[in-house]
Formats: sequence, C-alpha cells, structure tokens
Amino acid sequence: MKVTVNVNGQDYERDVEPRQLLVHFLRDELDLTGTHWGCDTSNCGVCAVWLDGVPVKSCTVLTVMADDRFVRTVEGLERDGELDPVQQGFTECHGLQCGFCTSGMLMTARWLLDQNPDPADEEIREAISGQLCRCTGYENIVRSVRWAAEHPAAYDAPEMTV
Amino acid sequence: MTAPAPHHGFGSMRRKEDARFIRGQGTYVDDVKVPGMLHGAILHSPYAHARILSVDTSAAEAHPKVKAVITGAMLNAMDLAWMPTLSNDVQAVLATDKVRFQGQEVAFVVAEDRYSARDALELIDVGYEPLPVVSDARRALDADAPVIRDDVEDRTDNHIFDWEAGDRARTDEVFAAADVVVSQDMIYPRVHPAPLETCGIVADLDKVSGKLTVWTTTQAPHAHRTLYALVAGLPEHKIRVISPDIGGGFGNKVGIYPGYVCSIVGSIVTGRPVKWMEDRSENLMTTSFARDYHMSGSIAATRDGRVLGLRVETLADHGAFNGSAQPTKFPAGFFHVFTGSYDLRAAHCAVTGVYTNKAPGGVAYSCSFRITEAVYLVERLMDMLADELGTDPAELRLKNLLKPEQFPYTSVTGWEYDSGDYAKTLRVALDLAGYDALRKEQAEKRARGELMGIGISFFTEAVGAGPRKHMDILGLGMADGAELRVHPTGKAVLRISVQTQGQGHETTFAQIVAQELGIPADDVEVVHGDTDQTPFGLGTYGSRSTPVSGAAAAVVTRKVRERARLVAGAMLEADPADLEWEAGRWFVRGDRSSGATIQEIAMAAHGNVELPEGVEGHLDATTVYNPPNLTYPYGAYICVVDVDAGTGKVTVRRFVAVDDCGVRINPMIVEGQVHGGLADGIGMALMQLVAFDEDGNHLGASFMDYLLPTAMECPSWELGTTVTPSPHHPLGAKGVGESATVGSPPAVVNAVVDALRPYDVRHADMPLTPACVWRTIQGNPFRPDLAIT
Repeated sequence: MKVTVNVNGQDYERDVEPRQLLVHFLRDELDLTGTHWGCDTSNCGVCAVWLDGVPVKSCTVLTVMADDRFVRTVEGLERDGELDPVQQGFTECHGLQCGFCTSGMLMTARWLLDQNPDPADEEIREAISGQLCRCTGYENIVRSVRWAAEHPAAYDAPEMTV
Repeated sequence: MTAPAPHHGFGSMRRKEDARFIRGQGTYVDDVKVPGMLHGAILHSPYAHARILSVDTSAAEAHPKVKAVITGAMLNAMDLAWMPTLSNDVQAVLATDKVRFQGQEVAFVVAEDRYSARDALELIDVGYEPLPVVSDARRALDADAPVIRDDVEDRTDNHIFDWEAGDRARTDEVFAAADVVVSQDMIYPRVHPAPLETCGIVADLDKVSGKLTVWTTTQAPHAHRTLYALVAGLPEHKIRVISPDIGGGFGNKVGIYPGYVCSIVGSIVTGRPVKWMEDRSENLMTTSFARDYHMSGSIAATRDGRVLGLRVETLADHGAFNGSAQPTKFPAGFFHVFTGSYDLRAAHCAVTGVYTNKAPGGVAYSCSFRITEAVYLVERLMDMLADELGTDPAELRLKNLLKPEQFPYTSVTGWEYDSGDYAKTLRVALDLAGYDALRKEQAEKRARGELMGIGISFFTEAVGAGPRKHMDILGLGMADGAELRVHPTGKAVLRISVQTQGQGHETTFAQIVAQELGIPADDVEVVHGDTDQTPFGLGTYGSRSTPVSGAAAAVVTRKVRERARLVAGAMLEADPADLEWEAGRWFVRGDRSSGATIQEIAMAAHGNVELPEGVEGHLDATTVYNPPNLTYPYGAYICVVDVDAGTGKVTVRRFVAVDDCGVRINPMIVEGQVHGGLADGIGMALMQLVAFDEDGNHLGASFMDYLLPTAMECPSWELGTTVTPSPHHPLGAKGVGESATVGSPPAVVNAVVDALRPYDVRHADMPLTPACVWRTIQGNPFRPDLAIT
C-alpha cells in the first residue's frame, strides 16, 4: 500500500506491506534507528513515538495507520542543533545507562512536559509507567524529567498536532 | 543531583556515551545494516520433550524470498549440530534426535526480510512424538523419571553433578552442640534477566578473505571469538567479534546461543550477511535463565544469639543442557560464599545439579556467580533465627558481623575477604532509615491491625574473577589486558577487553587514565567491544570490569607514567630517579619550576630528544592484569513495606541501601548501578517468575506474564555510602554492578514476612505476588515454580 507519513516534519512516500509495523517502517525503511523494538506486546515502550502529538507504542501501530499523519521520533527532538531540555536532563541526571529505553522515555517526557510543565514526581512516574527500564530503577529518570521541567527551552512546542 | 562537567580524575561527571544515546544515535546490533544482508528466524519446539520423527522443509524452501533452510540434520553433516556449553556439557544447536525443552531450536530460515523469514517458519512441517516431561526438579532423580539426555551414551538418569564445600563433620558437631537450630526449605525461583534489547547477531563471512565478522550482543567479545574458533573450526585470526552498543546484559549476553551459530552457518551457506534478532518470547524462553535453586538450609546458634554454623542442601535445576556460566572449578558458582558476612565456626553446603525439560542457563542475572542465592539463604535464615530467639534482626546481625580487625578474613568455606567495616555500614543504614522510629510506627500500626514490615539484609559479594590459576572459563584464564597509547599531543587512547552494557565504561575508564596521568578525561578515548581493536580478556560479568579491567587500566597508565619519567629525565637533563610526579607532570625534586607536562613529554617521546639507552621512544604500554584475589564489596539494605491483608498486595514504601564498594571512580555511575539493582530486587522478590506447568509449558513467555517492575512499583531509593578500599586493587575499588541485585531480594522478603508476623508466617517463597501473599496468609501457600495449584 502507498502511504505518506510525515516524520519529524518531512513527508515520506513509501509502498509498504499492509501488515508492516510502524516501528519497522521507521527503522528499516527510513533508517531512523533511534526508535527501538523490545517486546512485541506493548509492554516495554522502547518503541514509543508520537503519532499526531500523542505517544504511542510503534510496535502496535501499523504503518498504514500512520498514513497522512504526523510522527515524531527521538531524532526530531533537537531544535536547530539545540538539545531539548529532556535530552539535556537525562545526561545531567544520569537518566540513562544502556540507552535502549531512552528514546521512548524522552518522547513521553517531552509530551508530559508539554501537557504539564511542572509535574510532581508521582505524575512523572505515572506518565512513564507504561515503559520499562532495566538499568536505572527509574529514580534518575524522574530526576531527569524534573530537571527538564526546571530548565524549559526558550522555543515553543512544535506544531505537530492536528 | 546533577553531574558536573568533565574534569580530571575521579568524581561524578556526565557520561561521554550519553551524547549519542539521547539523540537516538546509538548503534545496537539490530541497527547494523550490511549490504546484501539477509534475515534469519528460528523455528522452536512447541513441546518440552518429544522425539523428532521428521522435518519437512520443502514448502519453506519454495518460498520465493527464502534463501536457505537449515536443519539439525544439515548441521550434523557439518559436525555443528552440537556445541560445547560453558559448563563442559554440549547443547544442541538445532535439534536432531529430540527436543528437550519448550522453545528449543529446531530449524533456521534465512530470507530476504524479517517478515518473510517468519512466514517461512509456518511452512516447515515437523513431526513430533511427545515424551513424558520432567518439569519439577524434585522429580528429576526419581527412578521412573524419563532420561532427558539420552544423547549421551550409557546415561540412565538426570543427574549432572554433586558438589560440596566446607566441612560436613565439623558442621554436624557444631549443630549437635548448638542451643538453637532453625531450618527452612526455600526456593529461589527461575527468573530471566530480560534486558530490553534481546540477543542477536549479524554474521558476515567474506568468502574472498575468509574473514568472519560478527556484530553481536555479547558481554565477552574475546571469549566469544575463541569459542567460535573452537566450535566452528574457523581460524581465530579470521574472526572479528564486534560488540557495539549493548542494550543491557545482566548476564543474558554471556553465552553463545544457537541463533548465533545458525546465523554464521547461514552466512557460510548463502554467502551473504545474516541478521538474527530474538523476539521477546524467544528471549524469555530460550536464551539463558537464572537461579532455580531449591535450598534446604539450617542455621545453628547459641541461645544468646551467637551464630555458630550453617548448612544447606541444594537441588539445582540446570535445564536440559548444563549451560551455566561460571569458572570451571565451581559447578555451583560461588554459592559456597553462603556464610555471608558472619563469623562462623563451621559450614557445609552440598549442591546436586539435575537436568529437567527446561531451557539451559543458570548463572545469568547479575548474580555474581550464584551469590544471589547464597545471600538470600543466609539472610532469610538470619531473620528466622532472630524471630526464634526473640531478638531484633538488626541486633542479631550487629552481634555476628565480621569485625574490622578480622580482615583479611578466611571464611570456613575458603574465601579470603579483603576488607570491611561491616557494623559501621549497617549502622549508617539504620540511621538513614530511622530504624527505631520505624519499629515504633510498626508497633502502632500492628495495634490497629495494619500490616507494615521492615526487612534488613546484609550482604558480602565476591567479585572480579580470577586469579587465572583458580578461575577459568573453558580453559581461558580470567585475566584481562589493557593497552594505552599516548599520542604526540598528549591525547590518549585506552583499549580494554571488557564490554559495557550500560555501565559507562567510556567514562569511568577515561577517568582512571585521567586520574593516573593527570590529563582531562575528555582527552582519553576508550576503545572496547571489537576484538580486532582491543587486547584479549574475559569480559564483563560477575562485576569484573572495575576489579579486573579497571585495575589493568590503572596499571597500564602507571607504566606509561614511568616511561614518561625516563623521557622527562632526558628532556630535563636530570636523573629520572630525581624526578617527582604531580598530577600531569614530572618535575625535578626540589625545583618545581623545572618540569615537563605529560603533553610536552609525549611530544618529546615522538620527537628528536635524544633518549637514554634502552628507551624506545613513544609512551605506549600494554599490560595483562591477573587479579591476586577477588574483591569483596558489601552493603546493608533496609526495606519498608505495607501489605494489604485483603488482597495480598505488597507496596514497597521505602528502600535504604548503603553500599561499600571501596573507592568510587564515578559516584554518580555507582549510584545508578545500585538503583538498577534495587529495582531488580523488587522485581524478583515481588513479580518476576518463570514457572512451568506439568507439560513443561513455559508460563512467562512475554512481558504480559513475566512481570517487570515499573516506576510505579519502585520507591525513591535512599542511598548511603561507606568507603573501605580493597587493599589489593591498585585503585582500592571493588566493583558494584551486581551488589544491589544480590543484596536486595532478601530485604524485601524479610520485610514482607515481618509484616505477616501477626499471621505466624515464618517464610514465603518469591515472588511475593498478591496471590502468593494472600495464600500464605490463609495458611495455604503454593510452590511458585510450578503452575499454581
């Protein structure tokens, strides 16, 4: 099937199998390997991306479902070469170790802060509760998101919702 | 806490590797794309035990996108159907005669894309004759148990080994004379490390050069290279193992798995690179498990609380092939360090290993070679003893912990503990927790009928294997190399044998060089994970990196510094013996103004300064570090839980962890390692379980069934620190990667059992799920390792 998917502000036209998962479209067709794959069952969340401004698990979204829609991945977090505050927060507060869950965590964290610029620790924990991390015990991820909340960027949130 | 910017030497600093990960620019194995690359997929057995009657691959081979279908029979013809395990057993690469566990590898398809490879699996027709199954380790040695390993001639039972340590007769004497003996059967159930990146490989055999390059998820690239040479008969200098970014390992990525061998064969057969990545179910069902120890333990003490002796009989379920990974001499790993942190008169442990119709593995989950099981046993028994004596568990521990003046301490099972001030660490933890106030709160809650528990554990680990004369894996001595080059401008490249899976080696190893050479950590590039680029070594597991390779990095840097002294002597026209070192420069003793920085010396070493006789020039050096002993990190953990008696739900309210891992190179990274291990402890104690039904069906084959802790189950960890350097490590460091995973499960279980005291509960087996706790409260507990009955 022919699809046009806008990823990180750029349209991509591809002919894909109807059964293809969005995570494979991003990784295999577009070489956007920052989005990872980890479990098949929507439990681990390392594949989290935004679809029309909302985090989804791209292992349980078909590429064809993203036709004519907006996808944002970790590769789309930087703005004009500047790190997003959540990216900076994760390195400031040691919010990552192996890095495998990081992309998905960053996408959820950015979404959370766009909705709620000053979340309590419990709200941060709830926001990332659909995602697993095997390295950090979550503590430093919470601190990283807090850091980002306390150091907002000067620019506005991107116009990627419909 | 935010980390300061990069600096010289030890201390918290931001990680160098973060820059790529926060941008999604890491390179994990599944990110590797090689021109012409094909994709592999494995057909797994649906049965736990069955004879293979036929394998028909014709329909799969006819699939237009399939390039090859590999079966056990084909591998047999190449003498590759069986491969050696890390415990001197053999394991089927692809089954030929029988399948011996559910999920065992039966056939391997190579196709143009990953979807087609999976499609073709559906086209393979395997005829099976189901056989009786051994899914309960306690039935494995029954006279009528089916013999699983009838591939071995004359084998008539499922017995693998008997192994013991300590002095049985002396222990019997101590027990006979003791006032109090407490005994308990307990299970450390089968769990899986489940790193978020599954295992995988890209295998590329270049037919022209004969060179095999593999990108693979390995914690031990050099050991893998040698094993590939031995298994596949490939010349070792024509094998390059690249371990790129690894998405967590925790022991899952130590072994060599059938998928790796099949992919290499696939590349040989097709002449093209072949990628194979496990899916999550394959990961949970086939590639390594951990624990599965059935322990009957006893502790003996005087009436006034002096612990005298310990003994344990253990039934070890090793699955269908004995593939556990530990030093050759120790089939039960380091389990015999089970006397823990206490000064005992005698101890004895006996371990019997058995085959069952389950996946192979055993030592595979941040366990420091079975010290998880050992610490769990002794720390549960200590709590039960305290209960029996009517003593506070903290007081009982304080009374029996080894004292600082007893170090170095040789335990009754033969371990030489290097250093410690145990009571100090426990007191720091008790203070941090506000222990007395917690007990008061607990008493008040109990009076109101609320269930609150406080659990303590004190653990001692033994990490950083060798030395090589005592420790080897398949004959490969456990020592690790390091090479340091200093370029003319004074920038350095360190090459190490160990492989990070998230531990931050690129940062901490640069800090070691920076500390020893007085240059910024940013001036040090750390090269690892590529056997063509790094010196030989056994790799990262058993918390080896800092104790062994970190020591190698320090030693090689000191060698460079000594070479620099000779060059500086020539530059300064001074006797090298008259030079003194301060961070980053040599100077003439008594004349600080007359000196040369390491950068100036490096340039001179590559320049035209006339060097003394015997000095070759340049500053580069190599070393191999053979550790004189293990290091013994330790810690005191306190867990506070609330239990809902109506539902059995456990909530971990607080967790205090005070670790002493000697000198900390990067305290931020150490804390991160502890955080992760504590989450593991909560996971294992409360949620994670691989159980089987009577037919050998794996009951935890996805993350919907194998439950891992999320941010909601984990409290905000409260950490403390004491620092007791290792006397024999060049930096005084001890290693910390597995400490919290080893030490935390008993703290959680002790807390839950403490909470259930009003119900006269003495013990409950992990995982303490709501169902388990509720049934325990009802006085009707069940065995966690079997399907709930």
